[in-house]
This record gives sequence, structure tokens and C-alpha cells, in this order.
Amino acid sequence: MKVDRRSFLGLGLGAVAGAAVSPVAMKLTDDSSIWTQNWPWTPVPHDGEVTFENSVCSLCKGSCGISIRKVAGRAIKIEGQTDHPNNNGGICLHGIAGLQYLYDPTRIKSPLKKNGKKFEEISWEDAISHIAEKLTSIRDEKKTENIACISGNETGSVAELYKRFFKVFGSNNFYSVPSMDTTWKTTASEMHGKNNSLSFDLENAGFILSFGAGLIEGWGSPVQCFKTNAARQKKGVKLFQIEPRLSNTAAGADKWIPIKPGTEADLALGLCHIIIKEEIYDISYISKYNYDFKAFSKMLDKDYTPEKVAEKTGIDLTLIKQLAHKFAWADNPVAIAGKGRGDIAGDAKEFAAVHALNCLAGNINKKGGVWVNRKKNYLKFPLENLDNTARKGFAKPRYTSFQSLISQIGESSESPIQALFILNANPCYTMHDSDKIIEAFEKIPFKVSFSSFMDETAQLSDIILPSHTFLERYEDIPSDSAGIARKTVGLCKPVVNPVFNTKNQGDAILMIAKALKGKVADNFPWDNYEKCLKSLTKNIWSALSDKGYVVLTSKPSYSKPSAEFSYIANGLKSVEAQGDKKSFPLTLISIDNMRIAGGEISSSPFAIKTVSDKVIKGTDILVEINPETAKKARLAQGNKAKITTPVGSATVRVNLFEGIMPGLIGMAQGLGHTIDNKFVADKGVNINKLIAPVIEPSSGQDAAWGIAASISKV
Amino acid sequence: MSEKEKKTESCTEGEKTEGDSGLGLGVLFFLIAFVVVFLSGWLLFPKLLYSKKEQPFNFNHALHTSETGSCDTCHYLREDGSFNGIPDLASCMECHEEEPMGDTEDERIFCEEYVANEKEVPWFVYSKQPDCVFFSHAAHIQGAGMDCESCHGYIGESEECRPYEENRITGYSRDIWGKNIWGIKKHSWDRMKMDDCAKCHKEETGSQGACFQCHK
Repeated sequence: MKVDRRSFLGLGLGAVAGAAVSPVAMKLTDDSSIWTQNWPWTPVPHDGEVTFENSVCSLCKGSCGISIRKVAGRAIKIEGQTDHPNNNGGICLHGIAGLQYLYDPTRIKSPLKKNGKKFEEISWEDAISHIAEKLTSIRDEKKTENIACISGNETGSVAELYKRFFKVFGSNNFYSVPSMDTTWKTTASEMHGKNNSLSFDLENAGFILSFGAGLIEGWGSPVQCFKTNAARQKKGVKLFQIEPRLSNTAAGADKWIPIKPGTEADLALGLCHIIIKEEIYDISYISKYNYDFKAFSKMLDKDYTPEKVAEKTGIDLTLIKQLAHKFAWADNPVAIAGKGRGDIAGDAKEFAAVHALNCLAGNINKKGGVWVNRKKNYLKFPLENLDNTARKGFAKPRYTSFQSLISQIGESSESPIQALFILNANPCYTMHDSDKIIEAFEKIPFKVSFSSFMDETAQLSDIILPSHTFLERYEDIPSDSAGIARKTVGLCKPVVNPVFNTKNQGDAILMIAKALKGKVADNFPWDNYEKCLKSLTKNIWSALSDKGYVVLTSKPSYSKPSAEFSYIANGLKSVEAQGDKKSFPLTLISIDNMRIAGGEISSSPFAIKTVSDKVIKGTDILVEINPETAKKARLAQGNKAKITTPVGSATVRVNLFEGIMPGLIGMAQGLGHTIDNKFVADKGVNINKLIAPVIEPSSGQDAAWGIAASISKV
Repeated sequence: MSEKEKKTESCTEGEKTEGDSGLGLGVLFFLIAFVVVFLSGWLLFPKLLYSKKEQPFNFNHALHTSETGSCDTCHYLREDGSFNGIPDLASCMECHEEEPMGDTEDERIFCEEYVANEKEVPWFVYSKQPDCVFFSHAAHIQGAGMDCESCHGYIGESEECRPYEENRITGYSRDIWGKNIWGIKKHSWDRMKMDDCAKCHKEETGSQGACFQCHK
């Protein structure tokens, strides 16, 4: 017998036949098909009990109540807290994506110290003792006024602890980032007396006259405004939107009135003029409670006749009259201002003029009106005990605003400020003419950032004490935006264990104060921030921790405040866009887009993905131009163009948009971050680089809403 | 006869003479290969396909059910209708904290390695379905009034944990396909693949259901 080809054939056939009647082939086919559906490297979330924990979102000033869904203790999803007075179950896209901030690529993982141009990790103890050493030497030299703080918040226990630290150290240089709320506060105290705050009950208003306020672009408490806007449409409450561009709010309004930017105050005063002349204002309120009403109406007679206003604003005369009638004859009319999200300080004249309309309507301290309330303080701090050094330092004059401090630093060869604390703020990105701001920052010898993220300002700091995100910390979050009528305070709670070696900002300042010893330390008797918060909110703590929020003011005050027209009659000046009209014939204005996060926070990867490709395409930013303006500049849709302003230039793409007035260029705010985050950074241009600050003289705040610009094809 | 013709002739002759034995060897090889592959497919293949893993320690279901009375003392539906599955350490501690522990080796392991270290016991779950499947216990227990045994068999009466067998390719528990390598089932709980769900649904509800009901 010989083993030949046929034997092998037999062997092969035998194997095939054996396999065919064995389960191997069938089982392997099934298994391999299953394998392709269950890639072993695909992460699978843990299963477990589902629980919910209430907290507050502090990504913006909306103070929305949130409910965090957890599975087996892991935070899975952020939802809106039902029955919360601010958002009643609703939540915005930034809040929903809030968990992404926990694992953001720019999160700072441990305290950092700058060594040359690079950061190196250090321990919390070393970082604190390094800061204490610097501050002690400043204090020993009795130059305590040479330290400053820029904070994103003005109220709440954390901001108050920092203020307290600065006071007992001996510096009056605590500044907060200005916004429309700063201007509303000034308006309230100038027109109704000191310590008053002002807020709008839009939910119950009968007519809303909005001077550019982006009700669905993130103004006030965004979710509350979305709901108000939706409910308004159902109830038939009219919204008239006055702004130079057809924003989403304008598109959803009952009427959009395009206006030359910067002339909003003129229009408001023109409306006041008609209302007074025709005596269709609330005579009982005005005649009883007013100061300088006559001077005010005299000023209107002189400068704000309908004809003059029509010419200034570019709005038709009959429309102005109709608008005045509509407002005066409506039940509970409310006039609001604060462009877009209201992230920048407002034009004092515009705000005062808009509020004069509310006063004329007599819709003050009423349901569906403007609430003028005394500020409620729910925090019970023990009185500060200052030593001599502190008392002297604290008595030294302060700068009118952080903007003026920074300008001062920019102009001096040596910075008058020796140390700067940066708390929940990113001035090197958010402030106008940010390149200049960066130059000034570099002159400050010692900068301490308390940021959670390596943002543009943290990058320039000398020491970073990284903070917990809002999902990892305790903090009281007061709702003090003028956009929210009811004043609440919510409790932000740690819902996950800290992901990195970070601490609560409250604990950081307690540690610094204790390290400084002496009187400074004595003023901070609390062991840690959690205990401090409990003792400061002693009266409301149980309700606060139980429910997650406490309503401080649920209705307007019974008494009506007097309306002081002297403030506006004394000749406030409108903020104008800087730049010579000959070389820069157009005007660049900033656009707030709900999908792009504002302020110091950069958008989450989820949020940035939702931005239209008419705003960003790839890494290019698109600017809105009216086709008429584009034609003159010989620009077509999608063309690359260069925008030049007196302070900078940028390459952009053109998006032709009929909804923007001719002569304007509209650019989105919140893009062009230069941080180490591949999802959001280097997309588009930071518009703040292109706009020069314009100081509003009565407040000293930068209230620039745009700048003269030119555009040319690249 | 040319050279070529000779060759052809000798070749034909050769075939004629050795033809039978060649075929016989081929048949033999065929049979050997058939038997080897067939038997391997039946006997060796399952051993290669599944890895065997022992549970962290033995769990006596019979003992526990006799103490607690029913399955749902430990495997219960939560208030929101979700199923708690295998109880966590805290649930075990509810009884075991107050009662003194017994003296078996398994209880010693439980105490020393898990209770003392507050570590969850990494049980292998025989009936674990893949993550792409949504399964509601509430719908089956409460909605359809099914008993545990219909799907899980008489595991409640077992005194010892059998080794957990995991399919090396899919990562599934062997119980999903069933012990029988051909997938032949005798009892309703022998196999729990998609077709088994569909079959029961078809019988009980008249429809095997839509994809998205389970694959959400």
C-alpha cells in the first residue's frame, strides 16, 4: 500500500465531512458574528441602582436646579430639577453636557507652579506656603493695597470669603467681572436709592419690549427665559425685539425692529418723550414719587423729539409712535436691556432710559413688572477684625474697575499690583483687546489662579490652585441676575468624588489665610469650607440642604420706590464704537449664540458639535454680512476675508445674511480659544481680540458693544 | 509503440493493478479524519471554546432560600422597577452583620477577603446577557407573572456553584448558548438566545416583538 494523492484527498474529505456533522462550523459562525457585535474593547457602563441627587448648575448665572442621575454611585446624566423655581425641570445644552467638564482635557490635575515657561506639579502644602511667603513679604513691606483679585462672582460665600481675605489683609482691590447685572445694579441704586436691586418678572409680564436682550440666547436665567418665551407665545403676550440683527429671539418675536447699534438709548428716550407728551404714563405713580421729572421731560423736549430719534436710530417715525403707544397701553409692560446674553456691562444711558420707560408705565413692584428690592443677605459673617496694616491698606483708594486697573498696569513700566488672584474668571480671553490684557498680565509679578481648567489666564499664572468643578464641591449659589425676578439661593453639592487632586476654592482661601497667621488667620476661624458654609447659612442650612434651594424673595416689596430721573436728566453719554469711520467704514458687533458657552467657561465638546456650520466650518469662523454690504466689498458666500479693526485683524469666512443690517459685521462670541483642548480650541477667532474697550464714564466699566471695522477679500 | 504510448499503457496497467488498495487507503484516511474531526468537534471543541472559572467562593443557594424563604429576598425589584440582580456586599451585610458567621471555609473567605476589605464579591453571573440587550425583569415577573425557574431553572435548590464557563470568542456565559454544544434544549431554561425570547414571545403574545424592544 502506498500513501498517495487519493489518501490525502480522503483525509481532507473525511475532515470536512467530520466537521460538517460536528457542531464546530455552526457554533463558530454564530460566535464570530456575536463577536463582531460585542467588541471587547468597547466600554460597557456599570449596572446598578439608579439614584438622583439635587444640586445647582453654576456654568452660568442662571442658577438652575439640577438633578444628577447616578447608577451605582456613578454620575451618568444631568437633568433639570423638577419644581425648581428657576428652571422647573428644564435644562440647557451646556448643563446637560456638564459631566464632560469633569474629564475636560484642560482640567488641572494638581497644584502647579511655573518654573521658567513650564508648569511643574507641587503639593498643596508647598503651593500654599509659597503663596503665604509672597504675601507675607508684601504685608511686611506694608504694601498690602498692592494685591488684587478678579472674581467671576460678586456674591455667594466663596466670593465673600475672598473679599474678607482682601479686607483683613489690607486691600480694597477686589473686583468682579462686569456684566449687564453690574449696570442694572447701578441703575437701581441711582434711580431708586442705594442698596436696591432690580429684576424683571417676565413670566407674568403683559408685553415685553426688549432692547437686544437675547431671551433665547442665554439672557438672565436661560432656561427660565426659554420657558417664559414659550409660555408667552401661548398666552398671546407680545414681544417686540429691537436690535440690529435678526437673532433667534428676534425671529421668534412678534415684531423685530432693526436699529442702528448704539442708538438704543435714543429710541428709549424718544419713546419716553411721546409717552410723556401724550400723557399716557402712570400719572399717579410719577406725580407721587419722582425727582427731577420736569428736568427729564425738558431734556426730552430738547433732544429726543420723534423726528430727531427717527433720524438717529434709522427707525420709521410712525413705527416709533406705534411702539410708544403699544408700550404705554399694554397691561404690565416691561422694557429690558442687556445685549445678547448680557455678558458685558451695559451702556448706563441705555439702561437708565429703558428703565425710565418702566417707571413711566408705573409697572414697578407689581406682579409682571420690575421688582425693586433691597438686597437680602442670607450669609451671617462675623465682623472683620482688622489690624493697623490692614486698616491703612484697605483705606487706600481703589480703581474704578478692573479694566482701569489693567489699563494702569499696561501703561506703567512696573505693575502697581504685586500679586493678583484670579477666581472663576478668564480675563485674558473675555476682556476686550485681549492681546493688550495679556501684555499687562505678564507685567504682574505674581499671579495665582484658582481655575479648574488650564484656560488662557491660568496659562499665564505663576501658581495654580486647581478648584473642584461644580459637581465636586459644596457652594451656595445665589441667583442675583436681573433676569430672575424671584431671588433664590441654591446649594451646589459634591455629587462625585473629586476626579483629580483639587480643592474647594473656599478651602483654598482658608488655607492661605491660616498660613499667613496673625490677625489674618484669626478672621477665618473655620476648620474647613464645608463647616464655614454651614455656620454662615445657619438660619437656612437645613432647608437648603434638604430641598436644594431656598427662596429668599418670592414677591416684590409692598412699597413703591421713588423714581429719580435726575440720574438720566443730568446727561449720561452713550457708549460709541471706537474707530475712525473713514478707514473703518463698517461696524463689528458680537453675536451671542446659545450653543456656544459664554464668559470664562469654554464650550464642552458636546455643545461645540451642535454649532451650525454657518458659524464655524472646520476651524474657520463665519461672519454675518448683509448681501448689500458684501456686494460693495466684492465678497460672496464662503469667501475668505480679512477683518481689520483699530486693535487687530483676523481671517474669516463670509456668510451672507439678510437678517443683519447693512454696514455691520456680526461675529460669534466664545470661539477662538487657545487652550489645549482639541475639541474646542483653535476654532474660529476670539472676537474680544478685535474690540477695543470703551469706558462708560459713569461706571468706569468697559461697555464696548462693537468697534469700527473694515473687511477685504483675501 | 512509441515511447509515449508505452508510458500511457504502463500507467493504465499500474492503475488497474493497484486501484483497489489505493481506494481502500483513501477510505481509511477518510474514516480516520472523519472520526477524529467529528469527535473533536463534539468533545474537544467545547473544552477549547469555553474557559472555566471558579466562583470566588461557593455560595449555597439552598441554604439561603431555606433561611429567607424566597428568591426575591435577595434578588428583588427596586422601587423604580429595575432589578437589583446579584445583591451587593451591603445587602449581604444586612443579615450577616448581626448573625455570627458560620464556620465553613467559604464564609471565612467571604469575611476575610471581602467583608473586612469592604470589597464587592466579583461573582460570575451565569445568566448575564450582553450589554446590547435591554431586559426588564419587572415586565416578566409582574407583567407576565412568570416564575424565576422558567428562565433560571432550579438554581435556588443548588448547594454548590458550578464553574462559570465563558466563551472565549464572545465573552458570553455558556448558559446563553446552553450546555449542549448543538444548542439542543430540553427545558425552557436550558438556553437563552434571542430566538428563545422570540419563541416564547410569539407563543405568549402572538408576536415575536420588534428589534427595538430589546435592542434599544
